[in-house]
Amino acid sequence: MTEHSPQPAHGAERPPGAAEADRPGSILLYTTGLVFALLLTGASFLVSQTHLLWGPGVPAGLAVLAIAQMGVHLVFFLHISTGPDNTNNVVALAFGLLIVTLIVSGTLWIMAHLDANMVPVSAIMEMTR
Amino acid sequence: MSAQAAALDPGAQAAVHVHSGPAPVRIVVAYGFWIFLLSDIILFSALFASYAVLHGHTAGGPSGRELFELRHVGVETLSLLFSSYTCGLALYAAERRQLRAFYVCAALTFALGATFLALELQEFAGLIARGAGPSRSAFLSAFFSLVGLHGAHVTTGLLWLTFLVAQIAHRGPRDFVLRRLLCFSLFWHALDIIWVALLSLVYLMGAR
Repeated sequence: MTEHSPQPAHGAERPPGAAEADRPGSILLYTTGLVFALLLTGASFLVSQTHLLWGPGVPAGLAVLAIAQMGVHLVFFLHISTGPDNTNNVVALAFGLLIVTLIVSGTLWIMAHLDANMVPVSAIMEMTR
Repeated sequence: MSAQAAALDPGAQAAVHVHSGPAPVRIVVAYGFWIFLLSDIILFSALFASYAVLHGHTAGGPSGRELFELRHVGVETLSLLFSSYTCGLALYAAERRQLRAFYVCAALTFALGATFLALELQEFAGLIARGAGPSRSAFLSAFFSLVGLHGAHVTTGLLWLTFLVAQIAHRGPRDFVLRRLLCFSLFWHALDIIWVALLSLVYLMGAR
């Protein structure tokens, strides 16, 4: 590449939360995000309060709606995108998600077993008597 | 080679980096703050996991189904969501040096955040008055630490916003103030993301 890139220096990076430069549509982006978030929140309340979904499927439905809404917040409010100027932010996010998954799944796994195998307090009182 | 293609080609991207020196302060600051926010989310994930384990252990006390009022929680959710929206608009206005619009949006952000906090404190006070305080059961300890930590973050955010508005009023929308405002908006949006998880896991599932 001999000719100069038309991008400014560090055009290949964009801080998280900052809208793409030279794009006036930022307010439109925030408003779209707000509308999506309102719809998803409304759907969550609807799913939890009505019998729209099959009973045992409600937690899964709520989880899907919550994850979708988090995605909406990330894309429309935090301006995280898959664009090449955003790679660093996405990699950091992916690492954060990895740690969150490890902590949550590990805690649930270990603590649920401990919880299930724990001797009830009343039984301990019996033994020490 | 177009700008898009240059950015996609790894070799060309490396060339851009070689010639451009250290990254601008704005990128370094916001990226560092983004990493801090992710660590904050990891902190919350530990509390979420312990809540998920302990939510059934009511020790004969009241369960979520008896305690949570979804209408109250709905208003809290809406105030926090709209406050996130006006926070984005405030950042947009400040970056374009539209100070009047910035003050209006910042005031709205503060008012909506304060509404959320007031409703949450009202809920906590109501629970404690009913004898369902944090020491009542493992479920309530987990509930108060998880929701209370989020509330403490919102309180910090409100103080930070006040500080930033005072700084803009005194020093004008200079670069270093705008960097802090960008970090604040990241913080505020991240709190809303955590609230989405809280709303679904604690309130909507708990009230069923």
